[in-house]
Amino acid sequence: MQVQVRLDDATDLGAFRRHARQLLAAGVPPERVEWSAAQAAGEAADLFGEAGAATLPAATAAAAPLAVPPWFVELCGDVILHREPQRHALLYRLLWRLAHEPALRHDPLDADLMQARQMAKAVHRDIHKMRAFVRFTRVVGNDGVERHVAWFEPDHHIVEANAPFFARRFAQMRWAILTPERCVEWNGQALAFREGADRREKPPPDGGEQLWLTYYEHIFNPARLKLAAMRREMPRRYWHNLPEAALIQPLADAAEARSQSMIEAPPTAARRIRAPIPLHLRPPEGAAPADLGELRAAAHACRACPIGALATQAVCGEGLIAPQHMLVGEQPGDQEDLVGRPFVGPAGQLLDRTMAQLGWARETVYLANAVKHFKYELRGKRRIHKTAGQREAEACAHWLESEISLVRPQGLVALGATAARALLGRPVAVQAERGAWLHERGDGRPVFVTLHPSALLRLPDAERAEALGRWRAELALARDTLPAAIAA
Amino acid sequence: MDLQRKLAILADAAKYDASCASSGSQPRDSVGGRGIGSTEGAGICHSYAPDGRCISLLKVLLTNHCQYDCLYCVNRASSNVPRARFRVEEVVQLTLDFYRRNCIEGLFLSSGIVKSPDHTMEQVVEVARALREDHDFRGYIHLKTIPDASDELIARAGRYADRLSINVEMPTTEGLRALAPEKDESAIRRSMARLRLRIDDTREEARRVVPIRALPGAAPAAAKPPPFAPAGQSTQMIVGADATDDRRILASSATLYGAYKLRRVYYSAFSPIPDAARALPLAAPPLMREHRLYQADWLMRFYGFDHQEIVAEPDGLLRLDVDPKLAWALAHADRFPVDLNHAPREMLLRVPGLGVKAVERLLQARRVRRVRADDLRRLHVPARKVLPFVVADRHRPAPGAPVISPEPPRAAQASLF
Repeated sequence: MQVQVRLDDATDLGAFRRHARQLLAAGVPPERVEWSAAQAAGEAADLFGEAGAATLPAATAAAAPLAVPPWFVELCGDVILHREPQRHALLYRLLWRLAHEPALRHDPLDADLMQARQMAKAVHRDIHKMRAFVRFTRVVGNDGVERHVAWFEPDHHIVEANAPFFARRFAQMRWAILTPERCVEWNGQALAFREGADRREKPPPDGGEQLWLTYYEHIFNPARLKLAAMRREMPRRYWHNLPEAALIQPLADAAEARSQSMIEAPPTAARRIRAPIPLHLRPPEGAAPADLGELRAAAHACRACPIGALATQAVCGEGLIAPQHMLVGEQPGDQEDLVGRPFVGPAGQLLDRTMAQLGWARETVYLANAVKHFKYELRGKRRIHKTAGQREAEACAHWLESEISLVRPQGLVALGATAARALLGRPVAVQAERGAWLHERGDGRPVFVTLHPSALLRLPDAERAEALGRWRAELALARDTLPAAIAA
Repeated sequence: MDLQRKLAILADAAKYDASCASSGSQPRDSVGGRGIGSTEGAGICHSYAPDGRCISLLKVLLTNHCQYDCLYCVNRASSNVPRARFRVEEVVQLTLDFYRRNCIEGLFLSSGIVKSPDHTMEQVVEVARALREDHDFRGYIHLKTIPDASDELIARAGRYADRLSINVEMPTTEGLRALAPEKDESAIRRSMARLRLRIDDTREEARRVVPIRALPGAAPAAAKPPPFAPAGQSTQMIVGADATDDRRILASSATLYGAYKLRRVYYSAFSPIPDAARALPLAAPPLMREHRLYQADWLMRFYGFDHQEIVAEPDGLLRLDVDPKLAWALAHADRFPVDLNHAPREMLLRVPGLGVKAVERLLQARRVRRVRADDLRRLHVPARKVLPFVVADRHRPAPGAPVISPEPPRAAQASLF
């Protein structure tokens, strides 16, 4: 026996769910249900008597309540807005199968499910296109009140579902959207719906539209005509309600000639110009920097090795001029490269903390790096630190030496092997030579070798506490045992 | 000069910038406010120009007067194009009017550089300020920042704008030196780094906010830190104005994504401009090359491809006849066919014709059952493209290297040099 179900409102999800739940509880299989609905608003709902639900067989006692996954309810909400008359049957079939085929909910490639998803997608696209292509025209009523009115022809039953979007967007505007099936109006407080309108109610263009047409005409680049790409996203059936669409053909027709005339046009005499103010003052190349500002600018532009071209900026040192100690690290890291200051990343923070524990203020030393640009390797979207090679360190050596002679520290503290090698000019085994002042430099400045803070960060937790203690003691030693001042 | 004429000139001047996105910002609407506007995550393209590009924002220049003389630019100081300048209030009114008509999602404002970077930036920021503060406009705002504008101006720009961008203009330092000798690449990079740090800091701050109870009995509410460019930063580079190959372009992009966390790099095929500089021979723009670069960029951002493996050709250029993913698969025939029932996600993502969504569905389905070749039809993926590269139940491609007929020839790439 066939069961007839008639819905008063074809898009009413609540009513559909009530009926579907009842049918399922009564054990009525999908092939025995015939769904029908009042197609147009205004059609008498009770033309054929009460909905078929009343004639349903009673629920079988054994029927357990069915729990459907949340995505299914959401899917029903979308599919029910589709204009396809068979949508209710499809949804009920899916519900029935969810109840009887446990595997279905885990199979996204099932044919019924795919069909429903395609329908939901079409509804979403229609909703999106309505948001995109509704065009409001300004209308001033006899009462002097300004309203914005639009005429639109959607493919599916989406006006009510989509209206809240326009209310959120144009909250402080009185507007109405007229469509053949359903109209909606917003008075600044609430949405009101009524039956469809006639195309003749579409408001005539208002005076301000010309500005929009001017913009449309001029944002088009005639050298790149791509009409097919345009039609893919803005299908022809929308064109008759879009004022700018009237310009498409004339613009397309003239495009080739316009672009050809640009190519063929003889060059005109260049307009005389004043010398522009450069965005950034470039230092003369080759000259030794006379002060730290010049050094910084020159190092920015340095391309003596390949890492300069990939970094954001050269990171030169900072701190006290003519200090007792100049601390030299390896090279800037990710944070230093972005900020443009040395020792601000995780290793720098460890150095800060350790110096604070020693009561040694960062402001009383000068902090710098042996290599001025950040060397890294891209891994996915992250920049991973790479130790600078010998060639890069050598290319950078003169910047460090210039910096030392401009800063005039009394002693140099090398943090790690790269710094030690740069300052002493020979390979240094940090573990063997750490913890003592070495007197090897030609300028007479002693060098104290210890670990780089990032080496401590890399240690396993178990070893770190002890290593940190030793490192702190070495820093204290370097601070307290600096040999007597060297000759300037 | 009347507004129509100004709009014509300043839209003309802005049409070479490829960016028009209005997505990815914080959701907001105008309920309870004084004005209009909303953004709900996804952007909306309100119209399309006959060049196939979407119109989502009112994209104009505040002025096309410029004191720089970048060869590729229609607005360079020595060019004889007509010049105009909007008043701040004019841009504000245009934006609001177009928005009320539902023609746009918001404003993308750029400018030629007049007087000084700071002076220019100040004007640009003032438009955004007026829209936000005077008119309570809650639509999308994208501002082009001027490299080396002051920190304070950048901070204000980020407060009003959803997205900020700085164009790198050319894919390489040498290219920039040759065509825009007054622009300084490291200044551009430093500005990008500043933006990234501010965006990171604001996110970090928002994450750390502790909800505060303002009134006794009221639910604790978090005082949100002022936003800073919630839709992030982007950039554009011009392709085809110098001889840089695609491999180097993609390496540049990968560096920019990695270093500054850009949301997007836009590639803009260099196209003929009115009154072009004599030094720049003109030709039709390399549109297919631009398209292939976007596809390659997509592979880096969503498909786990490394920038170094995308271009296989010895000349360093992407193939124009097939898309980059197909080109990669053809060049790595030994990695195929891939078994749809067993291959890991990373490998499924490398099958030509399978998108991220299709791969997710396949993975989900094969947890409960075997995947068959006819499942692909329901997934709406191009079977012609996929089948030669996959094994599934009831399907095994012919032995030997996959054979794919190239896409029908389209406009060949124009070469400028």
